[in-house]
Amino acid sequence: MSITVNHISKSYKNVKALEDISFEVKEGELFGLIGPDGAGKTTLFRILTTLLIANEGTATVAGFDVVTDYKKIRNSVGYMPGRFSLYQDLTVEENLNFFATIFGTTIEENYELIKEIYVQIEPFKDRRAGKLSGGMKQKLALCCALIHKPKVLFLDEPTTGVDPVSRKEFWEMLKRLQKKGITILVSTPYMDEAALCDRIALIQDGKILQIDTPQAIVKHYPKQIYNVRANNTYQLLNSLNAYRHNHSVFPFGEFVHYTDSRADFNPKDLVDYLESKNLSNIEIEKTEPTIEDTFMELAK
Amino acid sequence: MKRFIGFIKKEFYHIFRDRRSLFILFGMPIAQIMLFGFAITNEINNVDIAVLDHSKDATTKEIINKISASKYFSINQFIDRESDIETIFKKGKVKAVLNFEEGFSKKLIKDHKATIQIITDATDPNTANTISNYVNAILQQYQKGLNNDITIAYQIVPQTRMVYNPELKSVYMFVPGVMTIILMLVSAMMTSISITREKELGTMEILLVSPIKPIQVIVGKVFPYIFLSIVNAIVIVVLSIFIFKMPVQGSLFLLGLESVLFIITSLALGILISTISATQQTAMMISLMGLMLPVILLSGFIFPISSMPLPLQIISNIIPAKWFIIIIKGIMLKGVGLQYLWKETLILVGMTIFFIGLSVKKYKIRLE
Repeated sequence: MSITVNHISKSYKNVKALEDISFEVKEGELFGLIGPDGAGKTTLFRILTTLLIANEGTATVAGFDVVTDYKKIRNSVGYMPGRFSLYQDLTVEENLNFFATIFGTTIEENYELIKEIYVQIEPFKDRRAGKLSGGMKQKLALCCALIHKPKVLFLDEPTTGVDPVSRKEFWEMLKRLQKKGITILVSTPYMDEAALCDRIALIQDGKILQIDTPQAIVKHYPKQIYNVRANNTYQLLNSLNAYRHNHSVFPFGEFVHYTDSRADFNPKDLVDYLESKNLSNIEIEKTEPTIEDTFMELAK
Repeated sequence: MKRFIGFIKKEFYHIFRDRRSLFILFGMPIAQIMLFGFAITNEINNVDIAVLDHSKDATTKEIINKISASKYFSINQFIDRESDIETIFKKGKVKAVLNFEEGFSKKLIKDHKATIQIITDATDPNTANTISNYVNAILQQYQKGLNNDITIAYQIVPQTRMVYNPELKSVYMFVPGVMTIILMLVSAMMTSISITREKELGTMEILLVSPIKPIQVIVGKVFPYIFLSIVNAIVIVVLSIFIFKMPVQGSLFLLGLESVLFIITSLALGILISTISATQQTAMMISLMGLMLPVILLSGFIFPISSMPLPLQIISNIIPAKWFIIIIKGIMLKGVGLQYLWKETLILVGMTIFFIGLSVKKYKIRLE
């Protein structure tokens, strides 16, 4: 096991940030922590990177205890905090050089590992890090976290504030790094990114809701979801929310995801009801649940 | 070791790329020493003085003429009674009164010695001091002229009396004071800011999750500022020697060593401040309020410690700057060596060890 977390709890003054968290991450796995802001993801990352001490529970990273063996962990993990945390007044190359030096290595030594990412930012290597675009900053931060060839890589919301194209590229990079045997723990508030992980843990309010592969999580969704559309989405939402048989109503892109509380639900009834509410162009069709649906269901 | 050097290199990048800090770092010492320096050597011109001549003989007339002929003084009025001195000072225009004793000429010939009293208004201590120095210089010149002709040495004894501020200390106090402030500020404030900046920008998080040791981070942070502070100290000493003719009676080498000691004390304080403050703003406020004010007010830089109320005198003992000012004053003005300053030096060493110990203990290897 690359990471094991046993019954970790952590509270700040009077806020419970984490409550009885347990999970394991296998060697070479790409594991995602999926949850909204304030779910406790960053706290968990800080405990695993030895920056914080949990109130209860134990955890190991790369076989080392996070409290007693913290020095060994600091030697063998790569950490990319949620906030851009490089030296803004240093150039791309200087940042990379600096982190290589403090980890006792050189850029040349591990160039293979970062090559694919670094070639993208290399044209800007004399630019100050503070003057890079969001996506470039993340790529540089990833390079800096990788420069010492870590066994485990911690990425705390690496794609927050990054454009969709860069996000996609970033995840492709993570996939490639995974193939090189690096265990990756990544957190994200974006549900669409969850599907790219091997396994995910859905986390909210400091508690883990479910841990499984993205496919299994979706498969275990208990109800049939319908895509509902009408001429007026706002009124549609209000009408659905007012409908006494509804189980869940969530806006989802151009549709509204609807589930019914009855086992013998007939979409025709719903169409009649919506027409009675003066809605027209009503479309109702079955759809597959997404991770977001699961999350909303679990978080209810 | 390579890690450490890499870290120091990074620190120098920070310093040299932050133009504003760099300007403060080197501009401030020069500006301050110039400001204070020119306040010290404030040239006097056409200062109004009054004369109380009890003798009214040839010699006193000659001296009065000599003084009024110089461009520094103009005789505002002649007074007749001692009691007028206070009235005239209270009016504020006259800055000094020359009081010739009775039978000045006679005494000078008979006893080869006569006394002139220089009474100055020391509400402005610098001017008062300068006035009395200038009058003395004129008197000495005159005396020299007398003694050239005659083999017997005549002596005019000036008695200087400062009114309104009898505690007046040497104006050279400013140079040691400024030097102390600058070293304290550069060392303590700059290091505390540079350490808290890492916290604020989140880079401390990455540094913590890396094999670099806390002691390497601290020493790496401090090292460039030791270097810069030494440069600053040299600039200040050179400026004060060459521009303001500040005497350095004692050993320059000892002065250097003591300065390095004080720099380290200040750096230790800076580290301590950085361990208790989370933002650069806090670090700066603590440095300014917690260090600058005591240094200016309680170190004896501006207000003599001996004239402070007893509680403040006791408090002044825990201010490192007080001891450093005593040390540099001793070396520069009195020319004494370590045999007289070992006590103060030992106190500084003790404080340094205490601050370093405390900050190592307080330095967090984690985020909380």
